[in-house]
Amino acid sequence: MRLMKPSVGTGIVGYGSYIPQYRLPAREIARVWTDGQGGVPITEKAVPGPDEDTMTIGLEAARNALARAQINPQDIGAVWVGSESHPYAVKPTSTIIAEAIGATPHTEAADWQFACKAGTETIQAGIGFVAGGMARYALGIGADTAQGRPGDALEYTAAAGGAAYIIGAAEESLALFEASCSYVTDTPDFWRRPTMHYPSHGGRFTGEPAYFHHIAAAAGELMSQLGCSAKDFDYVVLHQPNKKFPERMAAILGFEKEQWETGLLSPTVGNTYAGASMLGLTAILDIAKPGDKILCCSFGSGAGSDSFSIQVTENIAGKQQLAPTTQNYINRRTEIDYATYVRYRKKLQMQ
Amino acid sequence: MTIEIARHWRLKSQRYQLVGEVCPKCSNKMFPPRDVCPECADDSAQPDFKFSGRGEVYSHTTVHNPPDGYQEMAPYTVALVKLEEGPLITAQLTDVANDAVKIGLPVEMVTRKLSTQGDEGLIVYGYKFRPQLATA
Repeated sequence: MRLMKPSVGTGIVGYGSYIPQYRLPAREIARVWTDGQGGVPITEKAVPGPDEDTMTIGLEAARNALARAQINPQDIGAVWVGSESHPYAVKPTSTIIAEAIGATPHTEAADWQFACKAGTETIQAGIGFVAGGMARYALGIGADTAQGRPGDALEYTAAAGGAAYIIGAAEESLALFEASCSYVTDTPDFWRRPTMHYPSHGGRFTGEPAYFHHIAAAAGELMSQLGCSAKDFDYVVLHQPNKKFPERMAAILGFEKEQWETGLLSPTVGNTYAGASMLGLTAILDIAKPGDKILCCSFGSGAGSDSFSIQVTENIAGKQQLAPTTQNYINRRTEIDYATYVRYRKKLQMQ
Repeated sequence: MTIEIARHWRLKSQRYQLVGEVCPKCSNKMFPPRDVCPECADDSAQPDFKFSGRGEVYSHTTVHNPPDGYQEMAPYTVALVKLEEGPLITAQLTDVANDAVKIGLPVEMVTRKLSTQGDEGLIVYGYKFRPQLATA
């Protein structure tokens, strides 16, 4: 069974996003490392302040999701956080968030890891947890404060941000999960060994055999099994490590610019890793209308992709303005220079 | 170290959710929680009260010589914030330039890293206040 379809209808009861306010323009990185020569992959990226991390980002997104869901947090039976930058190596991010939103003590809580796909893993599991009757609601979060090695190609895009989704019964949902599909292989395109600060990657190997192959397989299989094609969707949002990859992938899958431009935030936000596709989806939900159909596909190095077919319901009315929109956070912009970035991201040896 | 852990753990409801108390006799709202209401001296059990987190800057100062654990934030502004529900609360401001802080600035509570105990110790989280987000 390649298609995953819950036997009981489930959907998104509330969603929320968060993006830190600091922005580092890519041209500023190029000024320091390439004398300003050559192209840059995005315009600018979001940088966390010195008091922000994956927990604080995930928590604000979760509070926004709760504001839209308008549910009792005690009814949340799972708090799951997907990230590759959990603040502690051992000590869950999820228990801090669960405590802060008032979901403790009788809730499941765990941290998930699958590079940039860790966030959508929590959604897949949450659908199953709710549909199986294990919990009334499940909270799935994707958030990261990604680090790129100074001077490396990744430094231009490694950004910070996150999104949170409360999954619940279909009748309460502002958008329904029609079906989903996962595609996973052992493909070593990007990794980080324990205790290492910066990740390593396979350069161009991160493209065709990794990003493009896995998303094409997960999205292609989902559309094939559902008997639909790109023209049946109003919006598409793909994992967005830069601007070029998702634009090309969307074109390969048969999507037009007006379908992908709303969810493509990487040019002005950067790659928020486990948050990326989930954050793009929040920007679509912020303006979506009842009946709109959305294709959402993550990609995680190592490697795999989760694809979701989502349909917006009448319940979206009135929910969008109950919390700050993703565009509100994008508009809240304070530009910083490379020196401030180095300080905020703790790249200076102080002792 | 052990006493430190217990102290932070005990304060988590205040620090994460801004939970104070409301006096059952005169309805005065208190933060932090107290055994005796400072308005009417009632000492009966006080029910919890969760504050909205919205308020305005009542007064402020900028810290240039921070204590241990706070160096990475310095210089930072500490404010007395007048909460909508009444109490004054002392907290660090965040996401704002120190010279942009003014008395009367509308602020809202966020949860951020308060301090970090070196490379091996706890990360202590709690409330700070930032300028209210523009949502128009």
